[in-house]
Amino acid sequence: MRFVSLAPRRYWLIALVLIVFAGLPTQVTSFQSLEWAEVLIFAIVIMGLNLLVGYSGQISLGHGAFMAVGAYTTAILIHRYHVDYLATIPIAGMLTGLLGFFLGIPALRLSPLYLALATFALAVITPSLIKRPEKLTQGNQGILLLPMQPPDWASSLFASVTGGPAMSGDQWLYYVCFIAAAVLFWVAWNIVRRRPGRALMAIRDGEVAAAASGVNIAGYKTLAFGLSAFYAGIAGALYGLATGYVSPDSFPLGLSLTLLVGAVIGGLGSIAGPLLGGIFTFWLPIISGQFVQSQDWIPDQVASVFKNAGPAVTYGVLLIVIMIFAPNGLAGLILSAYARLRSRLRGVGERTSGQLPPDPQTV
Amino acid sequence: MQELLQQVLSGIASGGIYASLALALVLIYNAMGLVNFAQGEMAMFATFLAFTLLGRGVSYWVALPITIAIAFIGGIVIQRVVIRPVERAPVLTLVIVTLGLATLINGLAGFFFGYLQHPFPSPFSVETIDIFGAAASFQDLGVIGVSAVVLVLVYLLLQRTTLGLALRAAAHHPEASRLLGIRVSWMLALGWGLASAVGAVSGIMVAPILLLEPNMMQTVIIYAFAAAVLGGIESPLGAVIGGLIVGVTVNLAGAYLPGVGGDLQLAVAFAIIIAVLVVRPNGLLGRRAVRRA
Repeated sequence: MRFVSLAPRRYWLIALVLIVFAGLPTQVTSFQSLEWAEVLIFAIVIMGLNLLVGYSGQISLGHGAFMAVGAYTTAILIHRYHVDYLATIPIAGMLTGLLGFFLGIPALRLSPLYLALATFALAVITPSLIKRPEKLTQGNQGILLLPMQPPDWASSLFASVTGGPAMSGDQWLYYVCFIAAAVLFWVAWNIVRRRPGRALMAIRDGEVAAAASGVNIAGYKTLAFGLSAFYAGIAGALYGLATGYVSPDSFPLGLSLTLLVGAVIGGLGSIAGPLLGGIFTFWLPIISGQFVQSQDWIPDQVASVFKNAGPAVTYGVLLIVIMIFAPNGLAGLILSAYARLRSRLRGVGERTSGQLPPDPQTV
Repeated sequence: MQELLQQVLSGIASGGIYASLALALVLIYNAMGLVNFAQGEMAMFATFLAFTLLGRGVSYWVALPITIAIAFIGGIVIQRVVIRPVERAPVLTLVIVTLGLATLINGLAGFFFGYLQHPFPSPFSVETIDIFGAAASFQDLGVIGVSAVVLVLVYLLLQRTTLGLALRAAAHHPEASRLLGIRVSWMLALGWGLASAVGAVSGIMVAPILLLEPNMMQTVIIYAFAAAVLGGIESPLGAVIGGLIVGVTVNLAGAYLPGVGGDLQLAVAFAIIIAVLVVRPNGLLGRRAVRRA
C-alpha cells in the first residue's frame, strides 16, 4: 500500500488514460472503435515526429512519406507474399526505421532550414514516386487489403467481458493499435528520460556544448531520425490495415502537414502531447464539419465549401497562433495552468519538483 | 536538333517562371534568413485575384499591375501581422509559422474560389514563329520577356537605388543599419512586399500553362526551391541562373531520359536539391557559410 500511495501523481493519470482507452471499444460502436484506432495511429506517428522535432531539434516535413513506406510494406507483404498481417507490422517498422536511419546521414549535413526544404520536397514527390514501380505497388490503382479478423481467443474474451456480441474486426484493429501505441509511448517515455533523451535534448539546446560534454552528435541525430521513422512505419502499417486500402493519393503533402500540426498543437517535447495532437487532428475536421452542417443560419453553399477548406484554414490559423502565443502546445498550456493552480492553492514558495519547467525556447 | 532546341526554349520559359519565384524566396531569405514556404501559396492567391479582376472585364494589362500592387501590400501586411511577432524566434518556429501561413492561404483560396480548375487567359498567342528552325510560341517568348523584365527591375531596385541599398543593409547588418537611421523592421516588411509582388508575377505567368486551382503552385514551389538552392540561396543572380538551369534540365530530362517522363520531372528537381545540398551546400553563387563554433 505504501508503494501505491507513494506513486507520483502522474502515474495515476497514466493508469486512468490506459483504462479509458482499453475500455473504449466496449462502450462505443464498432465504427467508432475504428475512428479511435485512427486517432491512436496518428498519435503514434506524431510521437515519432515529436521525438525528432521536439527532442532532437531536427525537422521533418516528410513523415507522410515514411508512413507511406510502412503502409506499402505491409500491403505488399500481405498481398504478394501472404505474410500474416500482424507479423508485417514490426517488419514495416524496421524497414522504415532503417530507411530513416540512412536518410538521417545526409540530413546531418543540412542546416534545419535545408532539412525542412528537402523533406518538404520529399513529401510532395512521394505520390509520384510510389506510382512508378507499378508491378510492386499497382500504380494508381492501389492495393486493397482484406479487413482483419480477430483471433478466437480475443473474440471470446471480448464477448465474455462485455456480455455482448463477439469482437468485430474493427474492434480487434483498435486493440492492436492500442497495444502498439501503449508500447511505443512507453518506449518513448523511457528514451527521453534516460541517457539518449538527455543527449538529444542537449544537442537540441546547444550542439557545441553537447559535443564538448562528449555527446556523439552524429550518432544520436541519425538515431533520432531512424527511431522517428520506425514510429512512422508502424503507424503507416496500421493505417493501411485500418483503411483497408493503400494508394499513392493516401499520402499527399497534406498528410505530412497535418502530422506537423498535430505535433505542434499537442506540444513539442512532451510525452502527452502526441496523444492530444492525435485526438485533435483526427477529430477537428470531422467535428467542425458536422458543427457547420448542423447550423441552420449558415447557408448550404458556405457549409459545403467549409467542409473542404475549413480544416486547412483552421490548421493554418492554429499553427500560427500556437507558435506565436503558446510554443509548448496544449500539453504546455495544461502543465502551466496546473502549476499556476497549485501555487495558488498551496501558496508561493513551493516549486513543482521532478520536472523542469516547460522551456519557452524549446522550438 | 530542332526538337532539342524547342525543348530548351520551353525549358527557358518555365525556367523564367521558376526564377521569379526563386527570386522571391531569395529576397525573403536575405531579409531574415528564412525560406518562406508560403511563397507559392501567396502567388497562387494573387493569381486568383487577377483571375477575378479579369472575370469582371478588366483588361489584362490593367489587371496585372493592380494584382502586383495588391500582392505587394498583402506581403507587407502578412509580415507585419504574422511574421513580426516571431521575427527573433528560432528557425524551426519560423518554418512552422510559414507552413501555417501556406496552409491558411491554401484553405482561404479554396474557401473563396473553390477547388475547381480554371483555365487562365494568356495575353500571348499560342502561334509560333520560326527561330533557327525551332517553332517558338509567342506564349513562351512572352513569358521569357516578362520574367526578364521583372528580374531586371528587381536588380535595378536593389543595386541602383537608395531604397535597395537600405534593404540590403538592413538584411546584412541590422544593428549598424539601425544606428544609421534605417528603419530595419520596415525594410523587412518591404522585402516581404517585394517578394510577394515578384512571386505574384510568377503565378500569373504559370497559370495559363497549368490550370488555376488552389494547389497549382505546389509543384512550382519545388522547382523554385531547387532553383534557389542550386543558385545559392542568398544570391538573386544565382536564383535566376538556377531557375533557368532547373527549367531546362527538367524539361530535357522529361523529354529524353528514359523512365522519367512527365510524372517524375518533380523527382528530378528533388534530386537536384539533394545533390546540391550534399555536394555543394552553398550553391553555385552563394558565399561559403563560415560558422563560428
